Amino acid sequence: MAVLVYTENTEGKFKKSAFEAVTYARAIADALNTSLSAAAIGDASDEELGKLAKYGAKKILKISDAQFKNYSVQGYASAITQAAQKENADVVVMLASFGGRGIAPRLAVKLKAGLAEGAVELPKIVGNFIVRKTAYSGKAFADVEIVSAKKIITLIPNSYKVEEKPETAAIENLSPSINNDDFKMTVKETVRSTSKVSLPDAEIVVSGGRGLKGPENWGMIEQLAEILGAATACSKPVSDAHWRPHSEHVGQTGITIGPNVYIAIGISGAIQHLAGVSSSKVIVVINKDPEAPFFKAADYGIVGDAFDVVPKLIEAAKAFKAGQN
Amino acid sequence: MKILVCISHVPDTTTKINFTPDNKSLITQGVQFIINPYDEIALTRALELTEKSGGSVTVINVGEATTEPTLRKALAIGAADAVRINAQPREAFFVATQIAEYIKKTPYDLILCGRESIDFNSGTVPSMVAEMLGIPSVAISKTIQVENGKAVIEREIEGGKEVIECALPLIAGCSESVAEPRIPNMRGIMSARTKPLVVVEPVQTETFTKVAGYDKPAPRSSVKLVDAAEPGKLLELLHTEKKVI
Repeated sequence: MAVLVYTENTEGKFKKSAFEAVTYARAIADALNTSLSAAAIGDASDEELGKLAKYGAKKILKISDAQFKNYSVQGYASAITQAAQKENADVVVMLASFGGRGIAPRLAVKLKAGLAEGAVELPKIVGNFIVRKTAYSGKAFADVEIVSAKKIITLIPNSYKVEEKPETAAIENLSPSINNDDFKMTVKETVRSTSKVSLPDAEIVVSGGRGLKGPENWGMIEQLAEILGAATACSKPVSDAHWRPHSEHVGQTGITIGPNVYIAIGISGAIQHLAGVSSSKVIVVINKDPEAPFFKAADYGIVGDAFDVVPKLIEAAKAFKAGQN
Repeated sequence: MKILVCISHVPDTTTKINFTPDNKSLITQGVQFIINPYDEIALTRALELTEKSGGSVTVINVGEATTEPTLRKALAIGAADAVRINAQPREAFFVATQIAEYIKKTPYDLILCGRESIDFNSGTVPSMVAEMLGIPSVAISKTIQVENGKAVIEREIEGGKEVIECALPLIAGCSESVAEPRIPNMRGIMSARTKPLVVVEPVQTETFTKVAGYDKPAPRSSVKLVDAAEPGKLLELLHTEKKVI
């Protein structure tokens, strides 16, 4: 019996969310009185892999065969299955990232494991094994009981705090058996935006709505975001009008986020929008309409015109950051 | 090209969610049910693809008879026929097994789904079906093109996108940017009544998860207002009270 965490890397580097997954998986291993192994696929150096030990992995399986250079959902699912079997893992943890969301269901079928997708806190494991996740697009929580012996959990990024618990871990190479049918998909092109903070893992998000009147006014949103180290987002009407790309649309039919701070500027707060952001830890609303429904869901509010408030906020943020350094 | 589109029957996006006193299930009284919005995007893309290069679109749902109006709506939008697997959609593995078993008997070139349902938000069924059939899957697609028996799909990755190419058959989950949903016209609505809707009995299968209960997030304490003339106060509060910046 063991717990296995699959840690995703981007071009050989782990992001903070990978360490969240390791911390989370280690807490489960502790509760089950067993040890934690981590599996990583791709080019991460031994030094980078060693970081996983800092958060509690006692063993690190390195899968770096040439076939795995590019993401293949079937190939990766197959490799992680073999890692889970090698470790005799009863619980497999990975992030509910774009990659993890594709892999976990396939892993569940391969391992005949129950899957709880999108966990927001540690499972309750006394008696039954129950995992809490958001449902109805953030309007509710569902407690999912996994009734099978083998269990898979995907963890929402930003929902579990990273905590160090250094271990000395051995790095072992794992060379999974390969089925060529798993590599039918070819990657033609990878496009990564380099400088910007990625929206799903951002700790702070600055978001704009129709109240900003047009795409030409997004400069101040981007500037505020840059000073705060935040990602930018928008409401549905904004992406529908092509003021901003669809990938920035948060809400029921866009993406769901749970940053530490969500700053909504010129967004009235329709129920579909709230569904995408309600798991944010702190919500700040800036709107000139004191009756905007978003104020009812906010922790802090400023009633005022975005075109007056945001430039002042930018100046204040510059001063604040200067004071911190 | 034969395309199958998987349809979930979900509460309308504006629904206020309430649960039964035992917290085991949603109170459905007075709730309007719709086609899951992402599935509607998948359906629209399927219709666009067949209009361009020929073929037909079938929709499938795992649900009891109450979901038939949702399937009729899909037929009104333009699907040629509908299949309902007559079972309560208990959990993802159960639903995926039903759909995979149907596809084993009636193969399709392309299977499109929404990236997730807006009720349970897991997005696990498409990839499970693909694994059961041993075919490739893209869980979250941004755009889908099909040419000469090959699909070219842009998929979301952390902080960017990846363009992949893959021979059919495959399963793709559709996000918002895949297509612009269509409103059914009168002719579509009229013809939907007479299009075939086949009911298939479910296969026996095990289940691995169940919902122990639902609850609603605690309401936020009331909003603390900051003077618009001094937005810097806001940063102080975020720093000292909430310790988030």
